[in-house]
Parts: sequence; structure tokens; C-alpha cells
Amino acid sequence: MLVEYIPILVILAMALIVAAGILVLTHIVNPRIRNPIKLTTYESGIEPQMEARLRYPIRFYVVAMMFILFDVEVIFMYPWAVVYKQFLSQGWFIFWEMIIFLAILFAGYIYLYRRGGFQWE
Amino acid sequence: MVNSATVELVVSAVKVFIVVNVILLMVMVMILAERRISAFIQDRYGPNRVGPFGILQPIADGIKFLFKEDVIPYHVDRFLYLLAPAVILVPSLMTFAIVPFGSSFSFYWGDTPVHVRLQIADLNIGILYFVGIASLAVYGLVIGGYASNNKYSMFGGLRSSAQMISYEIPMGLAIVSVVMLTGSLRLSDIVADQQHMWNVVRQPLGFLIFLVAAFAETNRLPFDLPEAEQELVGGYHTEYSSMKFSAFFIAEYANMITSSALITTLFFGGYHVPFGILEALNLPVAWEVVVHVLSFSIKTAFFLFVYLWVRWTLPRFRYDQLMNLGWKSLLPLSLVNVVLTGIGIAIF
Repeated sequence: MLVEYIPILVILAMALIVAAGILVLTHIVNPRIRNPIKLTTYESGIEPQMEARLRYPIRFYVVAMMFILFDVEVIFMYPWAVVYKQFLSQGWFIFWEMIIFLAILFAGYIYLYRRGGFQWE
Repeated sequence: MVNSATVELVVSAVKVFIVVNVILLMVMVMILAERRISAFIQDRYGPNRVGPFGILQPIADGIKFLFKEDVIPYHVDRFLYLLAPAVILVPSLMTFAIVPFGSSFSFYWGDTPVHVRLQIADLNIGILYFVGIASLAVYGLVIGGYASNNKYSMFGGLRSSAQMISYEIPMGLAIVSVVMLTGSLRLSDIVADQQHMWNVVRQPLGFLIFLVAAFAETNRLPFDLPEAEQELVGGYHTEYSSMKFSAFFIAEYANMITSSALITTLFFGGYHVPFGILEALNLPVAWEVVVHVLSFSIKTAFFLFVYLWVRWTLPRFRYDQLMNLGWKSLLPLSLVNVVLTGIGIAIF
């Protein structure tokens, strides 16, 4: 089983070589013309007042949390999807099983919807 | 007699070398094609001076990038700043590993039979590998945006990460409905299952959801909010210059190539030729492999063209429209699609 993953290691090595190669090559050949103004933050010529890492809207954090919730649900569906056809010969049980799972998931979705979790102003 | 493990390793090394180089070559072709097709759509010439029809333009661009000064501003987090382009480039080159781009052929090396499958790795988790590796690119965007210490980069990084994770769920659910049809995560099984009927016929809604999500995942128009020039200058790569700047673009184009290849594989029969044309032609086996690779390439090229076509057809979304489309429309729609697929399989 693990033998299947050897080509993945090969392509990982190749991708690392390509990425490191182009980044190192440009370091070697690029010209360096020092100028303190060039090293300042890009701000259309206006001097930056403070650091950029300030407080940012909490919506991004909420989206990340919702993503984790829903993505875990989707991962649960993958094994179910793989065996769905086989188990269907034994009746509709496997179908209703997932309907109940989705109904619970959807109740959470409607709650989030009502509380304005998806509302982006 | 050659050791079989050695054969495996050499064969996969050769395949990886060819595939990565073809992807990088295709990136250059795409850069030219994008500029020429954009020019064609806007009724102007586009780059046509460097070489015949401008075909050497991407090489000239690459050399120019290489010899540009590599400015590292003094306010950045140096380690993360240098890490971000690599973090974004490596997964974009790795995701192609699971795509079957042709059938298989055999030959003899000395007296050892060698069976070559035109796919780098036929993993049993197949499509999950793509979902997993592709989402690693989000780290590159966030790290690049954070390390730059510039408000444009910061917001570009935040926006694109929120966008990518929002559209990953509908994409995952569209894949679930394809997996239900096949009963396997292995991409070679998914392709073999479509020999007589493409999945797009059985999964039209799933295909549409996957297509929209693929556009959002690659940060292409109409979802290119992270680099909306009018409001964010350049987004997460504002502070980058020289080859580091181009690394972000190589990654973007490589992602486009892989998603087009995956749309072909999941919904358009992969390397299969439609309507039994291949059987009718009655070709020798060696030529069949060539036709398979050609068929795969033409389908993928078509979806790459669709990327450019859409770019000049649709205007950019507003950010709240983008999030509303992802969470309020595509997510429930993809759940409905899974249920409909379940009913469809049970009935037929």
C-alpha cells in the first residue's frame, strides 16, 4: 500500500527543486541597487503610520469556524459515498441514514442563516 | 534481469520529470494565450513582436523577471516572506500527480516487462489527495499576506483565504456525488466508469458547482477579489518583486491547468474518446495511447480556454456577493445534489 506513495515523494522532491531553484537563481543573478526609499512599505508614496497587522473584521474568523464545521461533515460523507452503491442492494437504509445526518446538519445551517452568520455587510 | 523496484522508481522519476516540465511549459503557453486571446476579444493585436506570432514572449518575460532586482522591504517578516512563494508553488505542482492523462502501455527493458500507466500515482484515496494538497495553498496566501506587513497584502491574503475555504465545501460535495456514482475514490476507476457515458450527463448540477468552485479556488475572474487592482493594488503579492512575484503567477496558472484536467477527468470522461470513434478507427494499440493522450489534452485545453473566455465575459463580483453565492446558494445546492444523486442511483 505504502509503495503507491513513492511517486508522490518523487514529485514532492521535483516540486521542491523547481521552487527552490527559481527562488535561489534570482537571488544569485539579480542586480542590487541600494536605496532606502525602495525598502519602505508600498503606500503610493505616503509614509505608513503604523504596522499593517491591526485588528481586522471578525467575519473572517467566523468564516474559518464555519468552514471547519462544514468541512468535517463533508469528510464524513466520503466513506458513505464510496460504499453507497454496495449497501443499496440491502434496501434504502443507507439512504435514510444520510438523510437524517443531513437533516441535523441542515438544522445547524438554518440556525446560522437566521443568526446572520452568512450575512456579509 | 533488472530489479522491479528499480524499474518502478526509474519509471516514476521519468514520468514526474516529464509531467512537471510539461506543466511549466503549459504555464508559459497559457501566459501567451491569455494575452493573445484577451487581445483578440478586445479587438487589438496583443504581443506579436518577440518571435513569430509573439511565441517567444513568455521566455522574454521570464528572463526579465529573473534579472529584476529582488527587493526585500525592511519591515517584512523575512523568514515567512521568503517561505510564502515556495509554499504556494509546491502544492500547485504536486496536485497533478493523481490525474490520469492517458491509458497504459508496456515495453521490454532488456528482458524485464515494464508496464507504464500514464498517471504518476494511482492512489486509492485519489481525489482526496487533490482536495488535501490543493488546500495547502491557502497557507501560502495567508503567510505571504501576513509577512508582507502591508495593509493591501494583509487584506488580500485574508480575503483569498476566506474565499478559498468557502468554496472548498461545495467543491467537496460535488466530488462526493461523483464518488457515489463510481463507488471509488481512485481516479482510474472514475475514468473507467465513464467509458460509455460521461459523468456530465449524469451530474449536470455537480459539474456546474464544481466549475464555479474551481474558478473561485484558483482566484480567477470573476472571483479575483484577492488581487482586485482597483481596491487592493496587487493583493497578497503587492510587496513581492522579481521571480518571487512570478512564482505566485506560475502557481496560479499551474492550478488552472490542474483544475481543468480534473474537470475533464471527473465529468468529461478523462482520456476516453466519445461516440466510439476510437473503436471505429481500428488503430494499432500503440496509436490508441497517443489518441487517448490527445483526447485528454484537447478537453483540458478547452477548459483552459473557458477560463480566459469567462474572464472577458463576466464582471468581477463584489465581496459580499461572492460570500453569499458560496454559502447561501452553492452550499445548499450541492447538498440537494447529493440527495438527488442518492435517489437517482437507488431508482435506476
